[in-house]
Amino acid sequence: MKTNDVLLRNVTKVVAFIIFLFSLHLFFAGHYNPGGGFVAGLTSAGAITLTLLAYDIKTVKGMLNINTLVITGVGLLFAVGTGFIGIFLGKPFLMHVYTYVHLPVLGKVSLHTATLFDLGVYLVVVGVTLTIIQSIGESD
Amino acid sequence: MNNIVLAPILIPLLFAILLMLLPKKIILQRIVALIGSFFLILAACFLVFHVHTNGITTVNVSNWNAPFGITVVGDMLASLLVFTTSIILSCVIVYSFYSIGKAREKFLYYPAVLFMIVGVNGSFLTGDIFNLFVFFEVMLMASYVLLVLGGTQIQLKATIKYLLINVVGSGFFVVAIGMLYSMIGTLNMADISQKISALHGQDTGMLSVVAVLFLFVFGLKAGLFPLYFWLPGSYFAPPIPVLALFGGLLTKVGVYAIIRTFSLFFTQETTLVMPLLGILALITIILGVIGAISYYDLKTIVIYNILIAIGVILFSVSIMSRESVMGAVYYLIHDMLIKAVLFLIVGIVMAITGTSSVKKFSGLMTDKPGLGWTFFIAILALSGIPPLSGFFGKLLIVESAFSAHEIVGGILILLSSLFVLMSLIKVFTRGFWGEKMGRFNLSIPYRKMMLPVVILLSLSVLYGLFSNAVFPFIEDAVNPIIDPKVYIDAVIKE
Repeated sequence: MKTNDVLLRNVTKVVAFIIFLFSLHLFFAGHYNPGGGFVAGLTSAGAITLTLLAYDIKTVKGMLNINTLVITGVGLLFAVGTGFIGIFLGKPFLMHVYTYVHLPVLGKVSLHTATLFDLGVYLVVVGVTLTIIQSIGESD
Repeated sequence: MNNIVLAPILIPLLFAILLMLLPKKIILQRIVALIGSFFLILAACFLVFHVHTNGITTVNVSNWNAPFGITVVGDMLASLLVFTTSIILSCVIVYSFYSIGKAREKFLYYPAVLFMIVGVNGSFLTGDIFNLFVFFEVMLMASYVLLVLGGTQIQLKATIKYLLINVVGSGFFVVAIGMLYSMIGTLNMADISQKISALHGQDTGMLSVVAVLFLFVFGLKAGLFPLYFWLPGSYFAPPIPVLALFGGLLTKVGVYAIIRTFSLFFTQETTLVMPLLGILALITIILGVIGAISYYDLKTIVIYNILIAIGVILFSVSIMSRESVMGAVYYLIHDMLIKAVLFLIVGIVMAITGTSSVKKFSGLMTDKPGLGWTFFIAILALSGIPPLSGFFGKLLIVESAFSAHEIVGGILILLSSLFVLMSLIKVFTRGFWGEKMGRFNLSIPYRKMMLPVVILLSLSVLYGLFSNAVFPFIEDAVNPIIDPKVYIDAVIKE
């Protein structure tokens, strides 16, 4: 018998989007409030997993259309790459730099290279979680 | 800049990431991995000479000063071990080209190897106890992957045991660090050392508990009695290049961690731990000897020889005199090289004969005399015949044992050399001499597989012949171990 999961799919369309936005919020909140790259990555992976439950692996793969291993690798490159900023400045590895900028809408904002490191963590977490879920889901 | 200290960690890390991004292209993987390992050798060599001329080099990661941030400390012991590691790595990578097989190479074999080297080099270089834990985990995670990669039944069984034992060990490591932190309130190793010596006899009961916990954790990684039980089974399973890396590097990281933490933390304030370490090391030697002479399986014999070497090194560490630590460091480097050589030779013998049991073949000398004599030199070097590299380390160890009135220990170590020689000469006489017996597969790329073996063995021989040139470096390495103040002053600059 074929089940009809129209409810699940329609709710997913809305909720996955909200979860993803929340994960972005967590990502940028990390410096001053609870949050950061790790939990944001997990939440994003959660949004994708929800889509995976509502649809199937093929749909999600078509949606993302990128090798999850590559996401992990790029994330690692980001994390290590930010470390090299310190080396290029003649300071120790992993030293971060920051600056304050006035942006038109947001006002006075601090830009910090630790965010780039966090982006690396975020990508690694998303990549690793999706790799685990996909490879377990695909194996019979 | 001081960032050179980080190069042995960053180079393999960068190359491992690069290799992750281009899987399935085997030729490219091989080339990139080899280039990475050559860069690593250059960096490590540079680091050794940098430390030799400038003294202990430290870098405070992220520019936070010593007790508050993570410090990476390049002292001579760590630099020498990193250098040895990088040489073994390149030789094993070259050997892997001809023996590991395409199926494994396609599934991220080279990235896993490089990630393991990140962990090994990181453990050698770090100056922070929790960072040491993290690098241990990096090393162990990669070693789980390497152990199980390929998915044969014996590998799966061995991996479950190895994984369980190491997860328990890591749990205890965290508990031990937690207890130390609750007493001392810092994680930087130099700072811990300073604060422990400022305790002046208070709290030493708890300190002994932590010391024994550390001994348990590192003994588990190093294969010390009674925690060696996982080692023979787990090391029997993986393919030969992986086994050469494990046998050459992994247990030695445990030994290094014992040398580093015990010389810094536990020598002055506790009287319990060092004698305990000595006794356990002697029992390890005895059990290793029993294992080595009772098997007819080439691979198992070499695996039990790892245990003997671990026992010898840790026994001389437990004496903690200047001479004994020099012997231990010299023997440690010799043993890393020679164990890698032996495992790679075992791999060639197994590729030719199809078995590792010496009862099933003989007369290998008629077809491969070169292999036979290489193996013979390796045996002599391992058991410590004078011009070769095993001799000077053991000489120092035995001398210092006698001058510290550890007569039993000294005699046991001398006897163990005899049994080491016996266990492998048995293989040589039964397998290489005699009438030709067994089916030999001579179609393997023999010369190419011999190349890394010959390079490693000649390095080991040169290490013995030019021990005079090596000793200044070893002395540099011993200074911070005997006198923790040297280490502390280098890390914490007022």
